[in-house]
Amino acid sequence: MDFITIVQILDSTIRLAVPLLLACLAGLFSERAGIFDIGLEGKMLAAAFMSGAVAYTTGQVWIGLLAGIGASLLLSGIHGLASITFRGNQLISGVAINFLAAGLSVVIAQDWFGQGGRTPNISGDARFNGITLPGADAIESTPFIGPIYEELLSGHTIIVYIAFLTVPLTWWILFKTRFGLRLRAVGENPAAVDTAGVSVVGLRYAAVGICGILTGLAGAYLATALQAGFVKDMTAGRGFIALAALIFAKWRPWYALSACLLFGFLQAVALRFQNIDLGLVELPVQFMDALPYILTVIILAGFVGKAIPPRAGGQPYVKER
Amino acid sequence: MSTAPAIELKGISKAFGPVQANKDISIRVMPGTIHGIIGENGAGKSTLMSILYGFYKADSGEIFINGKKTDIPDSQAAINAGIGMVFQHFKLVQNFTVLENVVLGAEDSALLGPSLARARGELKRLAAEYELSVDPDALIDDIGVGMQQRVEILKALYRQADILILDEPTGVLTPAEADHLFRILENLRAEGKTIILITHKLREIIEITDTVSVMRRGEMTATVKTAETSPPELAELMVGRKVLLRVKKTPAQPGEKIVEVRDLNVVDDKGVHRVKGVSFDIRAGEILGIAGVAGNGQSELLEVLGGYEKATGSIRMRGEEIDLTGSRSDGQSRRRRGIAHVPEDRQREGLIMDFHAWENVAFGYHADPAYQSGMFMNNAAIREATAEKMKRFDVRPPDPNLSAKSFSGGNQQKIVLAREIERNPDLLLVGQPTRGVDIGAIEFIHQRIVELRDEGKAILLVSVELDEILGLADRIAVMFDGQIMGERLPGETDEKELGLLMAGITDTEREHSLAEVEAQLAHTSGRAGKEA
Repeated sequence: MDFITIVQILDSTIRLAVPLLLACLAGLFSERAGIFDIGLEGKMLAAAFMSGAVAYTTGQVWIGLLAGIGASLLLSGIHGLASITFRGNQLISGVAINFLAAGLSVVIAQDWFGQGGRTPNISGDARFNGITLPGADAIESTPFIGPIYEELLSGHTIIVYIAFLTVPLTWWILFKTRFGLRLRAVGENPAAVDTAGVSVVGLRYAAVGICGILTGLAGAYLATALQAGFVKDMTAGRGFIALAALIFAKWRPWYALSACLLFGFLQAVALRFQNIDLGLVELPVQFMDALPYILTVIILAGFVGKAIPPRAGGQPYVKER
Repeated sequence: MSTAPAIELKGISKAFGPVQANKDISIRVMPGTIHGIIGENGAGKSTLMSILYGFYKADSGEIFINGKKTDIPDSQAAINAGIGMVFQHFKLVQNFTVLENVVLGAEDSALLGPSLARARGELKRLAAEYELSVDPDALIDDIGVGMQQRVEILKALYRQADILILDEPTGVLTPAEADHLFRILENLRAEGKTIILITHKLREIIEITDTVSVMRRGEMTATVKTAETSPPELAELMVGRKVLLRVKKTPAQPGEKIVEVRDLNVVDDKGVHRVKGVSFDIRAGEILGIAGVAGNGQSELLEVLGGYEKATGSIRMRGEEIDLTGSRSDGQSRRRRGIAHVPEDRQREGLIMDFHAWENVAFGYHADPAYQSGMFMNNAAIREATAEKMKRFDVRPPDPNLSAKSFSGGNQQKIVLAREIERNPDLLLVGQPTRGVDIGAIEFIHQRIVELRDEGKAILLVSVELDEILGLADRIAVMFDGQIMGERLPGETDEKELGLLMAGITDTEREHSLAEVEAQLAHTSGRAGKEA
């Protein structure tokens, strides 16, 4: 394997890790506040469809992005209503959102565009295009540094850079601000927050809202940056891999980055090679696809340190007598 | 005196569905005093204070703080009015540091840094002023309950509370820790703070309060000066009839050896050595009481005897060895060997709260032929048996079709006792039989345990309440850090000696200063701060 192949694999690792990372951080905000969100997949899918459809119709990718975030926020609102206001089961609400998004996106796409449940291809201003970092062209021919800067760091869409900046931002919000302290507290012991005179409901809605914005970004990235338009089921389980990454990362932002890069790398390798020949055994591509889940099971089984979820996670807050 | 009362409640009423928790309650508390509120479980004490703290909203009535009518729709309003509350179940975030817990909800600005720095200084000042030292960087998970309670008090003081409400604060403390708490409360009173102390322990009321209000069934039955009343009078006001505060029993007449425990050791999942080489015997017709601060291995001891914790060592029932591991070590096989178990935590281990009383009465004995009808359960027979048991054990209301959670704590306990005692066991294990149980029911439960003893059964009683151990047990063993520190006879010992043993100090002859005991306790209850 030559150097340029490795750089290309790493480059596609970055591009494939971005939707995972955004969804994973979305889940992190929600679950740190005590709201489990199995509906990341559905929200991403809804956002992918809306952003693709609106970007195609208006020809403006930014309007598409806003529409995608809007769709995701709407579903977040439903999840919040079900699990915070009406104290319903968070898993059931999440599953419902996944089904809702999977069905509605295809039905509406068929109704609007008549192309078999997909949007037409989008291009030009209707799509996010790569940003060439300053000096990328000039440095291209320099050995080693050139390809790394030109291929790996430069040439990505704005959402890629936003996603990576979201990691330190999330860390800072979580551990250095008042909001972060309260958010973490409400996922651990909402009664402590309530008796301290802070609204549990308000905090949890805020967390679910942030989750909606980030999954919206992730979905829009799929339809308007990674690919050119929406196709049926285009999230392809990324929401669930993001959840796996979240557990893998023990609900911490920097670990989440590593987990998503690792899972993105596995996807990039699986895309590039069909089967991997290790000499003695040949790894089928399906094994690479399954690896994120296998790793998550290993983590959950407690082999590699212990993943302790937020203590009040999944439980609606009811004032005790 | 013409000063306005710090707190005045006028005509407070609150109903939860059909249950009237507070009925037209009025009360005045003068500033700079400690006011006790005493009453049985479910009398409405906690509800009343939760209303004052804005946790619930009253259906009617008015609240005056320092003479000014104040609306308290939520806890923020209560905090703003200068009220702080230490709940019975602490409201702390377990994996936060002490500092973070203190600051939570009272941050100065959107950024944490400056708030934490200011709180650190403030904690140091409060520690010096009120003997309230805690390590600000310790995780709540790592400190003992006594320390956690200090954090709760610090939280209130950090928010500049002038009125402090404490709900059953001594339930989880050793006698020495409780004494320290009372010193803190006296310091606070000296500073002019007003304190409301909710408790069901008469002794605490007498010891520390200036005035006391008695609640019964949602109503305030009396408010008196503490100096002008006595424990029997308060007990009568609480229950509405004369109560026996001492257990009536004759000296034990021990018979043959029923159970023989030798060198029992328990290591839990985390590798912590919970029970270390414990040995004891219990004879027929005697009660062995195990005293100790919660978390010193008593729970694990009960779990091993009850069949749901693995151990090494040996247990013999009437000379026959019992399996301590493997498939024949479970609750079922223990019951077959004549061991009945009333677990410490009735809501988690003794009952399934959402199930009916009759279903709960069948648990553990569901294979009883009397409960079968062919291959099905004979539910009608279980209901009938339950109704009879409920009558004999004075469970109120005696309705087998109510779910376990709709009974009061005392009546839940009676259901568990009825299930276990009526099986006529050779050995009865009882953990915290009267935790969260009202005085009237305590009297009943104690009498049943003594009756069982007089029928010639062996009884192992584990309790953190020293009064209960002293009143009920025929022999007392004190557990500390997984070991039995010593055995005493109730007639030849007192609370002070037992308290020292509970803190791990064996040379009880010597005079120990309170500070020494506290240092020892701080050492044992996790990473705790040094005593000032």
